[in-house]
Amino acid sequence: MAVALVLVLIAVGSVLFHLVSPWWWTPIASNWRYIDNTIIITFWITGAVFVAVVLFMAYCVYRFRHQAGRQAHYEPENKRLEWWLTLVTAVGVAAMLAPGLFVWRQFITVPEDATDIEVVGQQWQWSFRLPGPDGKLATSDARLISPDNPLGINKDDPKSQDDVVIEGGELHLPVGKPVKALLRSVDVIHDFYVPELRAKMDLVPGQVSYIWFTPTRTGSFDILCAELCGVGHPQMRGTLVIQEQSDYQAWLQHQAARSFARLSPAGSQSD
Amino acid sequence: MVDVPLGPAGAVAPSDLDDVELYHPHSWVTKYVFSQDAKVIAIQYAFVALSVGLIALVLSWLMRLQLGFPGVFAFIDASAYYQFITMHGMMMVVYVLTALFLGGFGNYLIPLMIGARDMVFPYVNMLSFWVYFLAVLVLVASFFAPGGPTGAGWTLYPPQAILSGTPGGQDWGIILMLSSLIIFIIGFTMGGLNYVVTVLQARARGMTLMRMPLTVWGIFTASFMALLAFPALFVGAVMMLFDRIFGTSFFVPAIVEMGQPLDRNGGSPLLFQHLFWFFGHPEVYIVALPAFGIVSDLISTHARRNIFGYRMMVWALLAIGALSFVVWAHHMYVSGMNPYFGFFFATTTLIIAVPTAIKVYNWILTLWRGNIHLTLPMLFALAFIVTFVNGGLTGLFLGNVVVDVPLSDTMFVVAHFHMVMGVAPILVIFGAIYHWYPKVTGRMLNETLGRIHFWVTFLGAYAIFFPMHYLGLMGIPRRYHDIGDMAFVPPSAHTLNAFITIVALVVGATQLLFVFNLFWSLRHGRLAGGNPWHATTLEWQTPETPPPHGNWGKTVPTVYRWAYDYSVPGADQDFLPQNQPGITSVVPGASHG
Repeated sequence: MAVALVLVLIAVGSVLFHLVSPWWWTPIASNWRYIDNTIIITFWITGAVFVAVVLFMAYCVYRFRHQAGRQAHYEPENKRLEWWLTLVTAVGVAAMLAPGLFVWRQFITVPEDATDIEVVGQQWQWSFRLPGPDGKLATSDARLISPDNPLGINKDDPKSQDDVVIEGGELHLPVGKPVKALLRSVDVIHDFYVPELRAKMDLVPGQVSYIWFTPTRTGSFDILCAELCGVGHPQMRGTLVIQEQSDYQAWLQHQAARSFARLSPAGSQSD
Repeated sequence: MVDVPLGPAGAVAPSDLDDVELYHPHSWVTKYVFSQDAKVIAIQYAFVALSVGLIALVLSWLMRLQLGFPGVFAFIDASAYYQFITMHGMMMVVYVLTALFLGGFGNYLIPLMIGARDMVFPYVNMLSFWVYFLAVLVLVASFFAPGGPTGAGWTLYPPQAILSGTPGGQDWGIILMLSSLIIFIIGFTMGGLNYVVTVLQARARGMTLMRMPLTVWGIFTASFMALLAFPALFVGAVMMLFDRIFGTSFFVPAIVEMGQPLDRNGGSPLLFQHLFWFFGHPEVYIVALPAFGIVSDLISTHARRNIFGYRMMVWALLAIGALSFVVWAHHMYVSGMNPYFGFFFATTTLIIAVPTAIKVYNWILTLWRGNIHLTLPMLFALAFIVTFVNGGLTGLFLGNVVVDVPLSDTMFVVAHFHMVMGVAPILVIFGAIYHWYPKVTGRMLNETLGRIHFWVTFLGAYAIFFPMHYLGLMGIPRRYHDIGDMAFVPPSAHTLNAFITIVALVVGATQLLFVFNLFWSLRHGRLAGGNPWHATTLEWQTPETPPPHGNWGKTVPTVYRWAYDYSVPGADQDFLPQNQPGITSVVPGASHG
């Protein structure tokens, strides 16, 4: 009796906790509302299964508890029932998988008009590179890294001349424009993670990975590292500032001026 | 009647060996230390694994203290914190759960449940334990080595695992960890071969495969999987050891270390992840399948009802085992691997949900119309179903590639895998210990202590891990020594963390009560008799309890029926032991195979 009651309380309590507890996701700031929707679908389906299973157990524990004279029913198999349950489960699983794969296809398909930017991880700070007027990023290589060239940018690449480098600071992006973030690490694996974007991806040394997103509201958001990268892992923070286009342009001009002063010491380079 | 005809060839099966042909111990040392008796080896495995489990428990307290009350305990700095979580994780997954289920329960139960006198290779079996023990010593030694143990996370991802920014990366920690894993795998391979061959070769007359208890099926399938999965970890560990000691570049591309370029080139960090998870995912099921098998037998015995859908249960076990080898990269959706892998691995991962769900249905349908005795093993079995269903369902979030993207690397993942492969299998281990302790010792465990242990552990563990999912949903990353200030984290989240820590301390302390019960009942427990649960399987039919070396006295049993003849209509008691001839029931699949 007590056991059955506890089981009921677990089922009901879990649902109540889900509905009324203050702990829920932070409001989204990107185009990945589809991901949130898929999570909601999954919550509904899995929640219903959980409650059904636990309540059924509670019923069994109460109804078929040992009493004098009770004998269990002897029935090794019930093919019909087993196949029905298998079928229903398969349908439920498909109902979660189908939207999941549909959204994944969007997640990995970058729109044509996305702007390339670069996110570079190192122990334990974030750096960023934005293309200048040419809209293109120069190539890079970890073997080119030096105090003058902390991101290992290939300066023989003509596209490098207008690239804007931001070290350990804030990344600003314009609202409403799709961005393809190229992710690169110079030492260990990191993970570019902004909870409000719902997107995250590892930065793996030796290769370039990517994610794309469209910021949908202005504001300032934490950039976190989500892949253990050594003792400084929790301190590896950055800030993503989403701005209106005009504010963004003003900021970019300012950064460009600073960036060139930093990267082209007098006399070291000629055009 | 179902007397199984003997094969015409007349070869002598190992199970027919006369008792005298076993190597019997002649001294205290060969009986209790370098023993070749699977039952003694089982207890050795279990004792060492549970001891490691206690170390891992203390480590979990320390990490929870830091998470619940950040900054209060000065000695838990970032390095120490990462060392604690790393050692806790690796110890629990490999040195506790794998060793306990296969080395402990496997050794004790396989020969007894299939009607054999011992494992097929008793000497190799003994070696397996001592090599395992050496692996544990090497692992624990890293606590005392310069620089302490590795803090690379239990997944040991390179390059950070072997660089100076990670505790133990340029000291002894990572070397000892990798060496210990290599030794463990060598030891396990000897044991695992033994378990598989014993099941295939040494079954008593009449014990067809489709009459075996699901416990044996679970341990057998898991051992087989482990033999195929551990070599991938072995290869990864050897290569990383080379990278660390000899400066090779298996997993290290051209990188800088703290601003200095390293003389490495061409290695792939992702290669290690593929090797690790090719082992790591089957590993989840290596822990889960023995638990599935054991819990099936606990439910059936204590509900006095045949397991529902036995054949489907066997096929589901095998299907899960096979599928688990083609889902590994669902741990790598955000790893930077080719994104098109996502379609394949999400599909295979969600397909696994179907055979897994079948098992859950059959457990609860075994309760349906049963005669449920709420004994301690049954209580733990019920708690297993609740936590396993909960943890399995959150797996559908993480397996479904795009849903994993926001949740990956957050506390949601921590909550999920603790619920599904921490709490759930450990509840089965407890249930199994309460169930088989009377056979091992001849005495029952104390019931009152057991009930306190059960309620605190079950409800406490649920209160720890259920709310933790929501911290992850909120976006709090895992493996953060200190959350610090994050704009999206409300103060209430810190309150929840403190609550979780307090519950974890209480649940942990209750385990000490269990340990006390294990020792106390050894002398003071109620005498059990040979078959206190009125169970059908062979281990309860031994002439003596605890069974001596050789198990069966003069003759090994002959098996006449499947393992689940409970409450057979027309029988004069509610169970028919497997070795009892007489009343036949129409059991599908039980008379052939």
